[in-house]
Order: sequence, then structure tokens, then C-alpha cells
Amino acid sequence: MNKAVDNQALLSSLAVAKSNPFAPTPLEERKRIKEAIAKWLLAIITLMLVLPVIAILGYLVFKAWPILGPSFLLENPQDNMTAGGIWAPLVGTFFLVVISLLIAAPIGVLAGVYLNEYAGDNWATRVVNLAVMNLAGVPSIVHALFGVGAFVLFAGMGRSLLAASCTLAVMTLPVIITSTREALSSVPMSFREACWNMGATRWQTIRTIVLPNSISGILTGVILQVSRAAGETAPILFTGAVFFRDVPEHGWEAFFPYGLHDRVMALSYHLFTLVTQVRGVSDEIQYGTAVVLIGLVLFVNALSIALRSYLRSRKKW
Amino acid sequence: MSIQIDFRNLTVKYGHKFALQDVSLEIPEKRIFAIIGPANSGKTTLLKCINRTIDFVSHAKVQGRVLIDGEDVFRIRNVYELRRKVGMVFPLPVGLPLSVYENVAYAPRRAGIHDRHELDAIVEKCLRQAMLWDEVKDRLQLLGTRLSGGQQQRLTLARALSLRPEILCLDEFSIAIDPVTTMRIEDILRELKNEMTIVLVTNLVQQAHRLADYTAFFSASRLIEANRTETIFNQAAHRLTARYVAGDFG
Repeated sequence: MNKAVDNQALLSSLAVAKSNPFAPTPLEERKRIKEAIAKWLLAIITLMLVLPVIAILGYLVFKAWPILGPSFLLENPQDNMTAGGIWAPLVGTFFLVVISLLIAAPIGVLAGVYLNEYAGDNWATRVVNLAVMNLAGVPSIVHALFGVGAFVLFAGMGRSLLAASCTLAVMTLPVIITSTREALSSVPMSFREACWNMGATRWQTIRTIVLPNSISGILTGVILQVSRAAGETAPILFTGAVFFRDVPEHGWEAFFPYGLHDRVMALSYHLFTLVTQVRGVSDEIQYGTAVVLIGLVLFVNALSIALRSYLRSRKKW
Repeated sequence: MSIQIDFRNLTVKYGHKFALQDVSLEIPEKRIFAIIGPANSGKTTLLKCINRTIDFVSHAKVQGRVLIDGEDVFRIRNVYELRRKVGMVFPLPVGLPLSVYENVAYAPRRAGIHDRHELDAIVEKCLRQAMLWDEVKDRLQLLGTRLSGGQQQRLTLARALSLRPEILCLDEFSIAIDPVTTMRIEDILRELKNEMTIVLVTNLVQQAHRLADYTAFFSASRLIEANRTETIFNQAAHRLTARYVAGDFG
């Protein structure tokens, strides 16, 4: 009797199996549910990352809305910062970033090329690597104090655009070196070996094969440092930033209001002083300054992403 | 018949591990010389000593001498000249991320040839020799990396030929390409041996049998024996060699 039932059950299960060989087993069902949970959990957490960005940007723009416009960008601060725009600090930040990159980018890229392409694996290289990594981890306020000691006092630059730019350059240097090395090491070793085997020197190989195929990564790394240099306050605090400077309003001088040895206004420091040092500054001016600063950073980041994807689309292997 | 490459008591160590131990071997001019043996027997290291790309292996230590036309390669000042004299083809095809034309013109340009007509002639000749010309003559500006694997391997061969080398080394050139391409390249090699010495490292015992005038058998970083290919395959002096060519191990 029992045996007959068993047989029947077996037969019916076989029949089921035969009718639909792809019917999900309980194990398959559980796997499907877990898969769905994992997918949605990851997606929700990813979305939560975006929320703060949207919230911050939205709030800033909302608060600053009445004042945003060309005149806010193009006018200089007036009436002890309580009126006018942010032209002087905006230009100051621009010069700080450009000069610091003019110093840091060539040094960083060339050092990265040496470390990745020439340096052997020995103790000297390891010491340099360690130094670069530690330099990248130094807090920006310490960079500021180093800048005061090395550039303002020792090199005799005084508090100036040049000293502040040099300090920013020291701060951005290690990241430029690291990103350059990463970009270079993404070029397959087999390309280099093929060239060396044909009697090309290391430099010929670097110039003709390695650099052309890693330039996108190198540029991305450099450009990302623009936003960092523009946003940092501490390194320029003691080395060249100034609370207020009366600069020319009109003519070509408005575009070059600072000399290398002048102290400069900068967006990040300007925002800091507006919020903490000056009384009677309207909310709009404070938030407007923040919007311009963050907008600048986002714009540069977007630029670097666009450049990277453009160069990647031309990648040749 | 003169000796082109003369290895004298060559020993290479990677750290504490021997890659080659006391290898003495003479490779004659304008013949195909096959080097066979199981993996890790030092075959590739031997090639790297010929054009001194062993220099790029930072932990490699070399003892002994390698003479090319009587000159010790480890004493040569102008190593780039040496590498131009020795063409190399590797197991995996490497199309440089340049056009087909520039792939072949790369080495001549680096060696200082800039005349357009001269370069055109070199490119065409090498691509013809590598039996690739008919397939790419209408698209020389195409990226070398876009060719198929077999085509890229022939492109690699054309590149190796672009400096009219006296010695052509091939390191298991056929493992990543199809049998038809392999046969075509083997035909090319039979032609080329009238012009240059060919050193052929191969895992395929039958390939050595088909192509080579001489064959050397390596095992565990030592040269076991070297002789005329017929002798190696029919009357090997060493039992290990006989077993390897018969397919008993390896």
C-alpha cells in the first residue's frame, strides 16, 4: 500500500518534471528573493548618497535666489561687505588655482612619470612613495603652517598671492603624483616591452606610446585638484588671503587686480569672513557666495568628467 | 657555416631561483634553431639574454657570456643597436595603439628614418613578408589593435622585421592564433631563414620537427641536449629527450 503511494508520488513528480523542466525549485525561489532584496537595498543606499547633495544645493540656491545674477558676480564688495558682489574674491580664487596648478602640475606629472617608468623597486623609491603618501594625508592647516614657515618667512615671499599659491601647490602635489602614476600604470606593460624589444629607449616609449595613452587619466587627476585648491581655506589663511582689498572696478585692471606679491581675496576665505567676522551681512550674500563656490567646484568636476569620457572614447585598445 | 649566437656557461638567477644553469650552446647562422622543453625550463629567459631585455627584470642575475658575431652582448654599450639587430615575437600578439602603418614604421622612425618613401617601402615590404599586406593594404590607417588576433600576430612579425634584423626570435608565437595562421607563419619562416637566423621557442614538439634544422631540449633550467632535429627526434642521446619528443611528459 505504502509502496504504491510512493510510486504514485514519484510518478506524479516525474510527470511534473516532464511537463515543465524549467519550473523553479524552492531553492531557486529563495535565490530569486534574495537577489531582489540585494538589488533594491543597494539601489536605495545609492540613492541616499545623492540626497544630501541635492538637499545642500537646493537649500543654498533657494536661500540665495534673490541675489543671484550677473551683477553679483561682476561687482566688488561694498559697504563693509554688506552690499555689492564677489568679483574680487572670485578673481583671487581663479589666480590662486591657476598659479598653484602651474607650479604643481608639471612637477607632479614629471615626478609621477619618473616614479612609474624609471624608478626601480629599491629603498629610495619606497621612501619617496611613503613621503608622497604621507604628504597626501597631511591636514590642510598643517600645510598652511608649513607655507608660513617655508614661503612667507624663509623664502621671503611675505603674505602674498605667490606664497598662497605655493602652499596650495604643495597640498595638491601628492594627489597629482598619485593619479599620474595610476594613469601610467593602466597602460599595458606589453606595449612597453614591444617597444623596448624594437630598440626604443625608455623615453621614446614614454613619449610615443605611454603618455598619449594615459593623458586622459593624468588630466583628470590634475583638473580634480582645481576644485580642491579652490575650496580649501586653511592653506591660504595665513599665507596670502586678505579680508578686504580695494581693487580696480573697470578696464583691464579689473581682470588682473592682484600682483604676485599682493595679498588676495579668495572665495573660500571671503565666505568664512562673511559668516564669522562681519556684522550685518544679508543671508543672500552669504548663501550667494556659497553657491558660487560650490558651483565652481561642480563645474570643474563636470568639466573633468566630460574631458575624461571624450578622451576615453578615443582610447585605442 | 658560421656561428651567430654563442652562449658560454650562461647562468641566470631570479632571486634564488635558477632560470638557466650553465648553458653552453652554439646557434648557427641562417638556420632555424628550435628550443623545446616543458614550462619553466628557461626557454624564454634564454631569448631575453639574446637582446638583453633581461635588463628589465630587476631581480635577475646573469653570469656567463652571450656572444653575437663574437661580441659579448653584456658588454655592448649601445644596447638599442643590439635590440634592432634582434627581432622579437612574443606569445600574445601586441598591436601597439597606433595605425597599422605606424606599427610597422615605429622602429625605423625611432632609429632615425624619416623619409616618407623609404618608410612606405619598408612598411610594404615587411607587411608582404608577414603575409598581411593583401589584407590591410587598403586600410593602413586602421588601428593595429582593431585587427583580429591572427592578423595582429602577423603585424607583430612585420614589426619585428622592420629593422632587417640578423636574428629573429619567436617565443611560442602560435599559442594565441589559429592553425591556418600558424601554418602561414611557418611558411614565412622557411622563406626568411635565407636572410636571417631564426630562434624558435616552442611548446609544440611537432612544430620544431616540421621547421627546425637544429633543436635544443631544455628541462628544469638546464640544456639537456642540442643536435640536428632529425637526430633529436630519432636518436636522442638522452632518455629524457626521447620521452619528451615522444609526448610521454611535458
